[in-house]
Amino acid sequence: MVVTTSWYLALGAVLFSLGAVGLLIRRNPLVMFMCVELMLNAVNLTFVSLGAELGDLGGQLSVFFVLVVAAAEVVVGLAVVVAIMRRRQGATTDDLSVLGG
Amino acid sequence: MLDLVWLIPALPLAGFLVLTFCGRRLGEPWAGWLATGAVAGSFLVTVGVFLDLVGREAHDRRSVTTLFEWVPAGDLRVDVGFLVDPLSLTMCLFITGVGALIHLYSIGYMHGDGDFPRFFTYLNLFAFSMLMLVLGDNLLLTFLGWEGVGACSYLLISFWFTDEANATAGKKAFVTNRIGDWGFMVAIFLTFFTFGSVAYVDVLDTTAAGTVAQSTATFVAVMLFVGAIGKSAQFPLYLWLPDAMAGPTPVSALIHAATMVTSGVYLLTRINPVIADAADWVPTMIAWTGAGTALFAATIAVAQRDIKKVLAYSTVSQLGYMFLAVGCGAYVAAVFHMVTHAFFKALLFLGSGSVIHGMDGDQDMAHYGGLRRFMPVTAGTFIIGWLAIAGVPPFAGFWSKDEILAFAWNESPLLWVVGLVTAVLTAFYMTRQVVLTFFGRCRFADPRPDEVAAAWAARLIRADEAVGAARIAVDDAEAAAEACRGAVAAADAESVGDAEAAVVEAEGVLAVAVEALAGAEDLATDVRAAADARAELPALALDGVPDVGALADELPETVATRAAHHPHESPWTMTIPLGVLAVLSVLGGLIQLPFSSTTKRLEHWLEPALFHNEVHLSIGAGTLWVLAVVAVAAGGVGIAVAVAAYGRRRIDHTVFERPILAEAWRFDRTVSNLVGGPGRAGFEATAAFDRRVVDGAVEGVATLVRREAGVLRRFHNGLVRTYAVGIGLGAVGLVIWFLSRSSF
Repeated sequence: MVVTTSWYLALGAVLFSLGAVGLLIRRNPLVMFMCVELMLNAVNLTFVSLGAELGDLGGQLSVFFVLVVAAAEVVVGLAVVVAIMRRRQGATTDDLSVLGG
Repeated sequence: MLDLVWLIPALPLAGFLVLTFCGRRLGEPWAGWLATGAVAGSFLVTVGVFLDLVGREAHDRRSVTTLFEWVPAGDLRVDVGFLVDPLSLTMCLFITGVGALIHLYSIGYMHGDGDFPRFFTYLNLFAFSMLMLVLGDNLLLTFLGWEGVGACSYLLISFWFTDEANATAGKKAFVTNRIGDWGFMVAIFLTFFTFGSVAYVDVLDTTAAGTVAQSTATFVAVMLFVGAIGKSAQFPLYLWLPDAMAGPTPVSALIHAATMVTSGVYLLTRINPVIADAADWVPTMIAWTGAGTALFAATIAVAQRDIKKVLAYSTVSQLGYMFLAVGCGAYVAAVFHMVTHAFFKALLFLGSGSVIHGMDGDQDMAHYGGLRRFMPVTAGTFIIGWLAIAGVPPFAGFWSKDEILAFAWNESPLLWVVGLVTAVLTAFYMTRQVVLTFFGRCRFADPRPDEVAAAWAARLIRADEAVGAARIAVDDAEAAAEACRGAVAAADAESVGDAEAAVVEAEGVLAVAVEALAGAEDLATDVRAAADARAELPALALDGVPDVGALADELPETVATRAAHHPHESPWTMTIPLGVLAVLSVLGGLIQLPFSSTTKRLEHWLEPALFHNEVHLSIGAGTLWVLAVVAVAAGGVGIAVAVAAYGRRRIDHTVFERPILAEAWRFDRTVSNLVGGPGRAGFEATAAFDRRVVDGAVEGVATLVRREAGVLRRFHNGLVRTYAVGIGLGAVGLVIWFLSRSSF
């Protein structure tokens, strides 16, 4: 059984869908965060696989950008989550709708 | 001395600033002396500059002194600078000269007024603005002064602003002048548009060279004319001037007779090259507006009873003469009449102020009469002013008016006829004023019609009360008699005799009471009949008040008080200006005598300001003599008729005092009704349009946005996951779109 590029792409698609569904159905901000990371890394996987398949260094280059952005996003995001949790124990994202119209 | 010209407006400005900040501390009379000193100093500087200029050659008598750059805005460059030429200097001479005299007079007139320093603050500000108006070297600076004098006029008309009528008069003057100012502003814009400059030197030299299109010159001239008729109170914008008499009398003399109201004539004289380049109908229109206003205002002055109203309409009429002169191209005559008018009209106004001062604020000529005995100086100087305005030679007014009439004849005999009729009316109403005020029977102690009517009403009430009291007495007596009769019936044999005696006594009392009642009723009937039959008191009682002797005891105490406090002559601060102005009113004609070229001093002096636009008479010396004799005869007729009507009482004076004339041809009221009726409806319709359509459109947009936003905000619910769905659906949508566009 040869593991072809399609397998990686399929895995990426499955991981992305899991992340997307998780983001939509879970209310815990921390879990939602992990789902976002899952989606980002699913995309990274896709970039790497296609980069290897097509022999294009651009795919792997993009992954670095995504990783850097994701790291920055995590720093800010986690700080926000911690700040929220200090004020309101066990808050879900649905409780944080004060900016709703 | 020419370098010091900036001092002329600077001194009154300094006076104004000092009085603004320390006026209250200075108080009376020092605030007044400071203001007077500032204007008098200004006059001395003006005389110095005049002496410097008068010896020079014609082309050398015009100079521009620039102080600093005022408005450097792109192509528009406006400097603060002074155009010193014979015209502006002539204006300055009488503004500061007559102004200083009126300042001095005001110290006496305003004595005891709580706002004494404020009055002089405004007067100095006025002097500064007026000097800027005439000295400014460009239209914008003149406009600055123009608005400054307008503001001072407003402030001084409503000086006693606690009285509603005074405040309203001030507003009326201000609002009416706005129409004229609109014309002035349009003219400034057009001047800049055409010449690229608003400086007189550029505008006048360019127009004098004849390189300006006739249509442009016409438009500028007409717009400046609109400005001039507003400020100089010509028909139909004269309405504010009679109301402006609500201000203190020195203000009427300074602003509303001698200086500010002549600024329209000054402006038209200043721009004479523009008028010369304009279409032919422009000067004709100016001449006819002036002649029409002169006649119109003179007819109104005939029937006024308020001493200041007569002079106000007279001022409008005399300004009409000046416009007539400008329209005929007789600029020298216009300036000449402006100067002599400043002398004699200031004199007349100050004289009337002195009379009002002596009469404790009463302005109704019906209450004057015979005042020459109480105020000889005022009477003597006023009579000189009267002879001057009535055109009696050799007083100043004769020379200037005669010159205007000669030029009117030169232009069109019809204009001359209008001017001549005005001269007759002028002589008539001024004689009427002098006779009513200073001659004839003293009327100040007379009971006034309303006081007599009140006395009669009180007497009627008392008679009715007596009838009522008598009636009650009769009723009481009847009741007593009845009681006595009852006592007779009830009495026994012993006391019946006493009781019957009591009845007889009671019936006797009753008979007396009935008699008294009849007497009281007769008396009441008599009083009522007398009250009904009493002679209606005339408003103007030249012959004496008919038969008030019977009422003498019942008249209110004010009548006796008036009789005890007879009028008094004014203090020296007021009489000295009167004397000086009287001398000037006698000698004013010397500056321009028509006999030979050398005696026409004003004409030679003004030459550089007139650009050879002065029209020259094409009529012979013989005709001139005839015209002068006719003018003098016309004045004589006016004087004779007035003396016959008011002095000798050979003619019934009510013939002349028609109600329609007293109400100023109802023009004022018609305008008020028009503006108040259809005008107001129009304004309200405009306001409604603004509310419904303009505001409606704006508010409609706002309502629409708010309603749409109400729908859209539901999507923005603050739930992160909803947004995530949105992003997801959007991403899917984009993918579908890209796929549908790709060609595989």
